[in-house]
Amino acid sequence: MTLSLNPSESLQPQGWLRYLSFSTDHKVIGLQYIVCGFLFYLIGGALAGAIRTELVTPLSDFLPRETYNEVLTLHGTVMIFLWIVPVVNGGFGNYLIPFYVGARDMAFPRLNAVAFWLIPPAGILLISSYFVTGAAQSGWTAYPPLSITTPATGQIIWILSVLLLGGSSIFGGINFIATILKLRRPGLGLMQLPMYCWAMLGTSILVVLSTPVLAGTLVLLSFDIIAHTGFFNPALGGNAVVYQHLFWFYSHPAVYIMVLPAFGLVSEILPVHARKPLFGYTTMVYSILAIVFLGLIVWAHHMFTSGTPPWMRLFFTIATAFIAVPTGIKFFNWLATLWGGKISLNTAMLFCCGFIVNFVFGGITGVALAQVPFDIHVHDTYFVVGHFHYIVYGGTVFVIFASIYHWYPKVTGRMLNEPLGQLHFWLTFVGFNLCFAPQHWLGLNGMPRRVAEYDPQFTLINQFSSAGALLMAISTFPFLINVVMSAFNGAPAGDNPWNALTPEWLTSSPPPVENWHGEPPLVHEPYGYGVTPGQLSLEASSGRDLWNLGQGDQR
Amino acid sequence: MRIPPAILTLLAGMALVLFGLWVGQNVNLLPVDASANAPVYDELFRVLFSIGSILFIGIVGLIVYSLVRFRRRAGESGDGAAIEGNLPLEILWTAIPAVVVLFVGIYSYDIYDRMGGMTPLNDHSMHGMQHSEERTWGGISPVAYEADGAIAPLPVDVTAMQFAFIFHYPDSDITSGELHVPVGQPIALQMKALDVIHAFWVPQFRLKQDVIPGQPTLLSFTPTRAGQYPIVCAELCGPYHGGMRSTVIVEEPESFAAWVAKNSPNPPAESSTVVQS
Repeated sequence: MTLSLNPSESLQPQGWLRYLSFSTDHKVIGLQYIVCGFLFYLIGGALAGAIRTELVTPLSDFLPRETYNEVLTLHGTVMIFLWIVPVVNGGFGNYLIPFYVGARDMAFPRLNAVAFWLIPPAGILLISSYFVTGAAQSGWTAYPPLSITTPATGQIIWILSVLLLGGSSIFGGINFIATILKLRRPGLGLMQLPMYCWAMLGTSILVVLSTPVLAGTLVLLSFDIIAHTGFFNPALGGNAVVYQHLFWFYSHPAVYIMVLPAFGLVSEILPVHARKPLFGYTTMVYSILAIVFLGLIVWAHHMFTSGTPPWMRLFFTIATAFIAVPTGIKFFNWLATLWGGKISLNTAMLFCCGFIVNFVFGGITGVALAQVPFDIHVHDTYFVVGHFHYIVYGGTVFVIFASIYHWYPKVTGRMLNEPLGQLHFWLTFVGFNLCFAPQHWLGLNGMPRRVAEYDPQFTLINQFSSAGALLMAISTFPFLINVVMSAFNGAPAGDNPWNALTPEWLTSSPPPVENWHGEPPLVHEPYGYGVTPGQLSLEASSGRDLWNLGQGDQR
Repeated sequence: MRIPPAILTLLAGMALVLFGLWVGQNVNLLPVDASANAPVYDELFRVLFSIGSILFIGIVGLIVYSLVRFRRRAGESGDGAAIEGNLPLEILWTAIPAVVVLFVGIYSYDIYDRMGGMTPLNDHSMHGMQHSEERTWGGISPVAYEADGAIAPLPVDVTAMQFAFIFHYPDSDITSGELHVPVGQPIALQMKALDVIHAFWVPQFRLKQDVIPGQPTLLSFTPTRAGQYPIVCAELCGPYHGGMRSTVIVEEPESFAAWVAKNSPNPPAESSTVVQS
């Protein structure tokens, strides 16, 4: 393979302007996803702040009631479709996957750029609906008949926006599957890929299988709203429960679309900072595949109170609970990776460990929620709100932060400030747990979710929760200051500050266009830490040295 | 002489399990139990809480221990041991969670059965299967219902709408904004929604059932403790969702009979026989 520049490359803007362009460079697109996602995270966070402010008092006294429902709908939609899904899939996936498979770019670079550029208009559309006509008010689940009877304009804009974002997600998924399966460097076996590739392969399969179902469902829902058809409208002979089945057929796998990439990222970060090989590579791979399979057949556990027949309740209980087994394998393997390592307790490591603690908690409440009799009491309560924030925030968002601390030196060539990072972690960790742990108690004792007013006996606990949310908001500042200041003043990182062995570290920081100065290295053992001296020098400070060693090392 | 680490590990594990069992039995996070299936639910909750506590404390303990014990000391260089896996160990920690999950699943099935969730709905519903407008969905039959069919259930029609529950007693033709029920008698709610999906939830009964337009729904329970408990709508139903609340008043049969007699538009004799039956 010779180094050939993409003919369109010369037409691409250079410098910072390329981040606003229709660039086809996977690294530019990855950063576009991450920065764009982070801006929407700030918006979603502000919406969460509005919710927690409303809930400081038991009365509906901060926002008008309709506005409160718009805010909670936008919060859920923004956080899921504009922050977590794009960032853990499109963001880190685009940045890392071509390095990991030894490619110079993604399989379909232009499709890749299209996938990203669908997101800003969709996001702006969604947010602007709040100011123009009033946003959707029926929650991110948009259950009919409520979504049919609330003001139609906001709901239709919501549907259009989610359809665009779903399209973006499908384009990305196709691209990842093609890249991982077909663009691997010759000589690189599937079972030698870094774990994040497997996570993205599994995630992309879920995206491609389930997102079209959501799209079709939302198109039918839009017909019900605009054309007064009766697919889901009981008043016209439709069936509201069918919508729930179709919606959750996507939206439960969506949990794994948010969580599996995070599992993959943790599997990359832990071995580097623990200086040990990833424990149990093969079982990790099979557990991802098992989660993908089981993830597709558990959706009705969101509907245990929707009048599902008993046999269905039983089947979905058992299928759901069994997801704990492959998930448990991953957590035990991470523990075993830490065990006996030489652990650098830096910010990336702290966020990974915070992730494990939070996710184990969320996983345990998840197994409990899978049990029909348990769920019947706490379904649609703050218990569930607490549970899924432990999964998506305590899980995935913690991993996003860990990943930013881990890969920032690669992307910018500069280190982040460590004390500020530790401050960020502790504020986030304490704030998060203070915000969401008490919500389990609220749910058990009778506070339903999505309410603007509540029984006054819950006031104190809600104020604790809101105080936690305030801490989380404050925690954003050290992070923002750190990321911005370090880009200009951070200590130079060198090519491989962590002495990592995964391929993205074996090129310069920041990496050149098309990733490698010469041929892509063949990395058979991305986790080969602790091998006998002489085989790989882990003290080498330059990525080029490791790269040369990696090339020569044809074990 | 040092104590062998295996023994210390064993002792730590035993202490953890005992602590988990103790916590499950002694922690009290739930509201008062006021229906026949609430104690059954609480039993499941305690078991899940014990298992969850053991797992959570165990895993967090292992992480904290690893971070302290295997931290990189100042000036230390080099890597940890090149251990890439241990198949028997991995099989072990696949098998143990599988057994735990299987146990939890079977146990919760048993609990659900004892709550009456697995009993087929009555003949009326089977008949109704052919006529979709009469279908009854889901719901839970009470324990007492089956144990001694002696006490006939008290039927109550529930209408959920934005943003209120309306209760109608077909036997005595009372319509009320609050649900009055006698202690110890099974209650059979026939629920329907007029506009959007609502959910009928009484936290003290540990029961919740969505009320879906177009799908009449059956929910049965037996109140066991006199008192006033909130009825909460648990499904987002519009701007005033948070205000869609009512009260269930569980009272002694005599005072319930008095309430019926006072409010019934029908002759008192008829309504009192209904209550006594």
